[in-house]
Order: sequence, then C-alpha cells, then structure tokens
Amino acid sequence: MAIEQDEIEKIAELARIRIADDQIGEVTQRITEILGMVDQLQAADTAGIEPMANPLDAIQRLRADEVTETNRRDAFQAIAPAVENGLYLVPKVIE
Amino acid sequence: MQWETVIGLEVHLQLATKSKIFSGSSITFGAEANTQASAVDLAMPGMLPVLNEQAVRMAVMFGLGIGANIGMRSVFDRKNYFYPDLPKGYQISQFADPIVGEGQFEIQLEDGSIRQIGITRAHLEEDAGKSLHEDFHGMSGIDLNRAGTPLLEIVSEPDIRSSEEAVAYLKAMHSLVTYLGISDGNMAEGSMRCDINISLRPVGQVEYGTRAEIKNVNSFRFVERAIRHEVERQADILEDGGKIVQETRLYDADRDETRPMRSKEVANDYRYFPEPDLLPIVIDEAYVAAIGKTLPELPTAKRNRFIKQYSLSAYDASVLAGSRALADYYETVVAACEDAKIAANWVQVELLGQLNKNEQAIGDSPVTANQLGGLIARILDNSISGKIAKQVFEAMWQGEGTADEIIAAKGLQQVSDTGALEAMVDEVIAANTAQVEQYQAADDAKRKKLLGFFVGQIMKASKGQANPQMINQLLAKKLA
Repeated sequence: MAIEQDEIEKIAELARIRIADDQIGEVTQRITEILGMVDQLQAADTAGIEPMANPLDAIQRLRADEVTETNRRDAFQAIAPAVENGLYLVPKVIE
Repeated sequence: MQWETVIGLEVHLQLATKSKIFSGSSITFGAEANTQASAVDLAMPGMLPVLNEQAVRMAVMFGLGIGANIGMRSVFDRKNYFYPDLPKGYQISQFADPIVGEGQFEIQLEDGSIRQIGITRAHLEEDAGKSLHEDFHGMSGIDLNRAGTPLLEIVSEPDIRSSEEAVAYLKAMHSLVTYLGISDGNMAEGSMRCDINISLRPVGQVEYGTRAEIKNVNSFRFVERAIRHEVERQADILEDGGKIVQETRLYDADRDETRPMRSKEVANDYRYFPEPDLLPIVIDEAYVAAIGKTLPELPTAKRNRFIKQYSLSAYDASVLAGSRALADYYETVVAACEDAKIAANWVQVELLGQLNKNEQAIGDSPVTANQLGGLIARILDNSISGKIAKQVFEAMWQGEGTADEIIAAKGLQQVSDTGALEAMVDEVIAANTAQVEQYQAADDAKRKKLLGFFVGQIMKASKGQANPQMINQLLAKKLA
C-alpha cells in the first residue's frame, strides 16, 4: 500500500505536526515502508477472530463514584504560562 | 415541490454522578473556575483514567429503559482533535463497541398519536472544558471544571419528520432520564444538549438528501426554532436548484438563524482508535439483571396505568405522568381525596398554573399533595364550592394553613342550611319583582337564563358561600 504526499500533508495538519517542504518526500517514503509491514499483517487470516482492543488479557476495574480530589488550582496554575481569574489563558481561539 | 423533513438527534446527557467519569473530581455546577480540575482532567503527563462504576450503571439503566441491547463488552476509543478546552488532544469516547446498542423509543404527539423512534446507540464519553472568548488581552480563557464530566450520547435513527416530533422526542427523553434518575435534565445548566441532523428529500424519494448538523441546541424552544429555520433555508436552496453543503451549523437564538460553524470535511477526521489507557469494559448478566430490578415504573407504563386506573384522557395522563415528582404528587392527591378526575383538574389547572406563573418546580410547591387532597375533599363533601376552593387554594399557597384551618378562620363554610338559604332566596325575589314577572311569563329556555340571574344575585349576597344545588332547587320551587 502506497501513500501519497498530499495525504501525509493532511495527516500532519490534523496532528499539528509541521514537516518542512524538503522533508515531505522522505517522510512519505518511510511511512510507505511502515505500511508495507502493515500489509504483511493484513494478509494474515483473521476470519473468526474478534478484534483486540487491548493486548492485556484483562478487563477494566471500575472506581466507586466518590469525590477524592481536592482543589489544587494554585499548585497547577503556578506552572501555567498565563492565568487570570482562575482561568488558563491560551492564544485566542474563535470558531 | 413537496419536501419531506428528515431529522436525527444526538442528545448529550450529563449523568448525575458525584464525580467525573475518569477522575475523582467533583462535578458540582457553578464552582469557581478550575477548582474542580485535577491532574487527570488537566492531562498532566503520566495520569491515567479510571472509569466510574456509577456512569456504567446509569448507561445500563438507560439501555434497559428503552429495551436496547446492552453491550456486555464495550470499548473506549480516542476521538482526536485539537482545541484548548480538550487538554489531552483527544476525547475519550466509545466508537465501535458502545455500551448501549439498538433500541426503540416511543413518543406521543400532541394529538395523542404514538410514534416509534429508533435509537441507534448510546455511548459513554467525557465532556470537554469551557472556552471563554471575552477579552483577556487578546487571549481566550479556559475553565476545565466541566472537562471529564460523564456524558451519555444518545443517537437516534433519522426517523423524526418534523420539529414537533423532535420536541416530543426530547420531552419524552427528558422525562425518561429524570424518571430513571440518571440525570437532573437541567437544560439551562447544559445537562441535556442536542445536535440536530437535518436533510430534506422530495416526498416519495427513498434516499436521504445531504444533511446539515446544528450543534449544541439547549432548549426545547430553540430546537423547534432551529429546525424550522433550517428547513426553510434548505428548501430555498433546493427550490432554486442549488445543493446542500454537508456542514456543521450553529443556531444563533438572538438572530433566530443558523450559520456555518466549520467545514466538516477536514475537521471531522477524528482518527478514532482504541484507548490504550483503558481495558475493555465487561459486565455480566447478573449485573444487568440486578440493575433491572432497581428500575422504577417508566413514563409510558405510568401513562397507560393512569388512563386505565383513573380513567384519565390520554392528554391528562401524559401531562401528569410527565415527571416522576408530578406523578407521585398526583397519586398522593388522589389517595387523599379519592376522586381521580377532580384531582387531575386541580393538579393541572390550579397547581401547575401557579407553579408556572412563579417559575417553580413541583418540588418547590408550597402546597403539599396531602393539603391539596384535603381541599378537594371539602369540595366533594359540599363544605365549600369550587369557586371558594380557589380562594382557599390561594391562601394555602400563601402558607396560611390547611384547607380546614383556612375555611374555619375565614368563615368560608358553604351555607347548606335550608332556613338560611330560604331567607336569602326570599330576599332576592322580593328585591327583583320585575325579573320575577319576566320569569313567570317566559318559556323554558328563557327561564333557564333568568334563573341564572337569581342564582348570581344570591351567590353575590352570600359571598359565594351558598350551596348552588340547593339554591337552584329552592328558586325553582319558589318561582313556579
């Protein structure tokens, strides 16, 4: 399975990863090689096998519905770049 | 051309747990910004989610409530997108294996007709935080108190055909989840929000048209208006030979219009994959059966029982069974006064009238169900007339005591003493000789009208306390 350069650009945009123009060719090549391994896996016969959601042969333990956390806002906000009125400030986002 | 409206709804229901879905933070509404945001909610490195058992239980309750298949093995997935109020860069949700599978949901329209709406699925997920775009020196403010609040997203089939049906669906859903006690259903606080998928197709066509999605509508009224507006917009485009663009739109209540939010093609590529930080959720038959035993009587069953047991109309039954608190109130009134029909009228007209006027919920009613039942009992035993009862009800509302106390204190006891009534009748007859002559000369139809005049005069003289049946009898006898 080959992947096109424009798909790499789209995935990079979705993942917010910047790939320099002169590197896109190489990244595309490497990912194509990885997908070659995926092709090998895809070729395995999986008829009748349920898809695996987790490699551990275990199930999720559940937590009792209790409030166990206390307010530690001051400690968390001491390491934030910008805060005001208890809010974390980030570059302006408007949709 | 005649267009058919096709609507599917996604309801985001906030579950009434104490703590968040994956952390031990409180979800109390209205706390100061970020005081309920723990290291897990902030996505600090190395933090791991641990699933809240109560959220699972509530999802199962919902599934049983709509008779759906319960996912005995369900899986959480990551839904990836970037937004500052989602610090992990993904929302933990369920994609391929939700906890609640297909089900059916019955709704009743205003005209009493019943419709079945298919439920595609319902899955557990976490809510995001809140972005505030007021001016913080050109920056946005982020409050993560809401991040990690447990949500159940309930997805319907595109079975809804009008704004009326959509509102009926949401009201019935609201009723169901509050009956189950799995959500407070407080729409103003965002406990129930709704995304609306709408498309049009020519009547008779089988394939669906291209749809637009309206995000985050948070009141019944806005849902109705948003749909009406969107249907008009799409019909205008299609009539002009145009094409609907698949996109996400926002409903602006101030301007009563929808407008595009973002292009879905790029933004909607969420690249779901199984959440490696959580193992599959496996529940067994015994767990589901134990939850099944805790379910209360649900709205549809209660409505049908009210119709049968109390001989109520379909309309009255659905109003009274609309919420569990109201239904319980009504049944307490019936037990206290032993007349289901009059109890239904009083609860719907006087009680709900006052509550709506004062914007109060049934739980805030200053008149208890037993007090209202006591008042109705006094109407039934002819101690007071219905008209006086309204006056007593007002006094009860003001906290002046029980019906008996108020009747005694204000001297409102109905006059049923024949001697006293006879004196009143004689007085009115003597004072209105002209009307008496008219009465005696009139035919039956006209007599009925004139009789009303005399009754009115007597009721006025007695301040409404004369027993109307006895007055009628006495008048008929004396005027004959």
